[in-house]
Amino acid sequence: MGHVELLNATVDGPPEAPAIVFVHGFGCGQHMWRHVAPAFESDHRVVLLDLPGSGDAHPSTYDSARHARLEGYRDDLVALLHELDLGPVALVGHSVSAMIAVLVQIAHPELVDRLVLVTPSARYLDDPPYVGGFTASDIDDLLELMSRNHLGWQDPLATLVAGDPTSAAHDELEQAFCRTRPEIAAEFAAVTFRGDNRADLPKVSAPTVVLQAADDSVAPPSAATFVRDAIPGAGLEVIDTRGHCPQLTAPAETIAAIRRSLGAPHP
Amino acid sequence: MRLTREAGVNPADPFPDLFADAPCGYAVLSAPDGTLTHVNAEFERLVGRPVSDLLGTATLASLLTVGGRILLETHLLPMLEHDRAIREVALDVLRPDGSRIPVLLNANTSSDDPTLRVVLFEARERHRYEHDLLAAKRAAELAREAATALAQTLQRTLIPPAPPRIPHLDVAAAYRPAGDGSVVGGDFYDVFQVGPDAWWIVLGDVSGKGVSAAAVTSFVRYTTRALALDHPDPSELLQHLDRALHAHGTDHYCTAVVTTLTRQDDTWSVRLALAGHPPALLRDAAGRVRELGVPGTPVGLVDAARFTTVTHLLRDETITLYTDGVTEARGHDGLYGETRLQSLLEQCSHRPHAITDRITDEVLRYQHGVASDDIAVVTFAARPA
Repeated sequence: MGHVELLNATVDGPPEAPAIVFVHGFGCGQHMWRHVAPAFESDHRVVLLDLPGSGDAHPSTYDSARHARLEGYRDDLVALLHELDLGPVALVGHSVSAMIAVLVQIAHPELVDRLVLVTPSARYLDDPPYVGGFTASDIDDLLELMSRNHLGWQDPLATLVAGDPTSAAHDELEQAFCRTRPEIAAEFAAVTFRGDNRADLPKVSAPTVVLQAADDSVAPPSAATFVRDAIPGAGLEVIDTRGHCPQLTAPAETIAAIRRSLGAPHP
Repeated sequence: MRLTREAGVNPADPFPDLFADAPCGYAVLSAPDGTLTHVNAEFERLVGRPVSDLLGTATLASLLTVGGRILLETHLLPMLEHDRAIREVALDVLRPDGSRIPVLLNANTSSDDPTLRVVLFEARERHRYEHDLLAAKRAAELAREAATALAQTLQRTLIPPAPPRIPHLDVAAAYRPAGDGSVVGGDFYDVFQVGPDAWWIVLGDVSGKGVSAAAVTSFVRYTTRALALDHPDPSELLQHLDRALHAHGTDHYCTAVVTTLTRQDDTWSVRLALAGHPPALLRDAAGRVRELGVPGTPVGLVDAARFTTVTHLLRDETITLYTDGVTEARGHDGLYGETRLQSLLEQCSHRPHAITDRITDEVLRYQHGVASDDIAVVTFAARPA
């Protein structure tokens, strides 16, 4: 099985058009982009995928040891880009995948000619004077909360919307949205929130735009400005919405901002 | 606004207090900014903030612990946006005084009206129960790991890692535990010396499983070794072992095949007795297989124990001892059985290691890799000088 199949990847849009790759963050899968990605299909080849351990990626793609570092995800993404052979792409990464996108661009500048980092944070934990927004005990709290919800995480939530637990629709939903095997979700949370990619940012060599939500309780403004300031020539645009997922809460503004960033001149 | 009974009075509405006095925390959030627009009395009480601090400014995230806020942003809100409802999510409300109230949250919205309705149920008792459940689950996992480690350690003491090297004799032994090896089985074998040219090879199966069976297995093994020094005849040894096991007072009994080998004029004289155990299989160089041994009673089971010693002068044959984990292996075609075992043995190459390995491999394959019972096999042959 190739990476296209393993990562449940799809390519839509006119052949020969420039390629744009959307990468989802911690939680959920490629469906996070469903209000945004279709808007690019008229003039771009649009690539969607599920990261190992998330969405409908093949279970064999996840490896606890390899994915204990973002470099593990980076290598999967690089393998996928090599396999798709689309030429240099615009890479749009949300949340933790903004840092995965940064690592891909640094390792293979020939594969990525533009970065759009949606609500990024290079480090979630405070490290004075740097403000990441969280303390180590906050992350322990998150992991504890996740394990509490995993008592019944997989099934009851899906049953609610799909009705009969034996129906095909139920199976589809249970697999489809925001449901990850508990141990994988906990490991992904740990690698996301305990990581530190601040030292990587100055090595980015592609035009980069940071999209920040006006009121984001996961990635604070200080995190977005740090990313902007650390990446040579990077720009920053604030989308007037609350929350960590502007692609869901303000899709039209997000589409417009991504379009503007695609046209941004090289620094 | 905060809906009160007074505010909600309406002749057309027979339940004016449905929202205000609902026995759960109830809040309505505006879309798209996610601020609270309506809360009821129980919601105010749960979050420990007055209504004036909540309406128009507070978001759901701002009332939760940091972990809850992340979970809300990364999972719950995207799920709500996608599925229109979430149910039974365990979260902690963080009160202004720093105390945490465990709650269960249900929420829904609809495609035509993005207003979000949220109910909170206080869940202190459930939380305690969950906490205990998680602690019990972790303790059970640790206990299971410890028990498995104990079982495997115990098992290793019952099975010699490799038979000793014996001049002029090749011995090949194999043991495969049942299932994942987490339960100690009763199968054992032992190879030991009692004189310059005198050896014993013993293979047996204590009934039952677990630690009590392992204790009896250990007892049988060291009693056999002790008896072997004074009782050179296998059936005589079994008589004494039978009495010792009866005196032990255990409910476990034991089947066994016990063999002495004495070096004589460039070959080995084999004496063998059975105790409720399958006979040994004797294979000659031409591949012909026959049984060796006269049936006897299991050790420690019946009052009138009966054992018979047979003698065989070992020339170019191999002798294979095995436990019933081999013949009673279950596959698609039923039990593996003695007929299959004999024809397999006929096809083997004429070397003890090849025979022992082939039997254990085939029997495991027959059961798709998972042994339903322990398997022990010992094959020996005179090594040409």
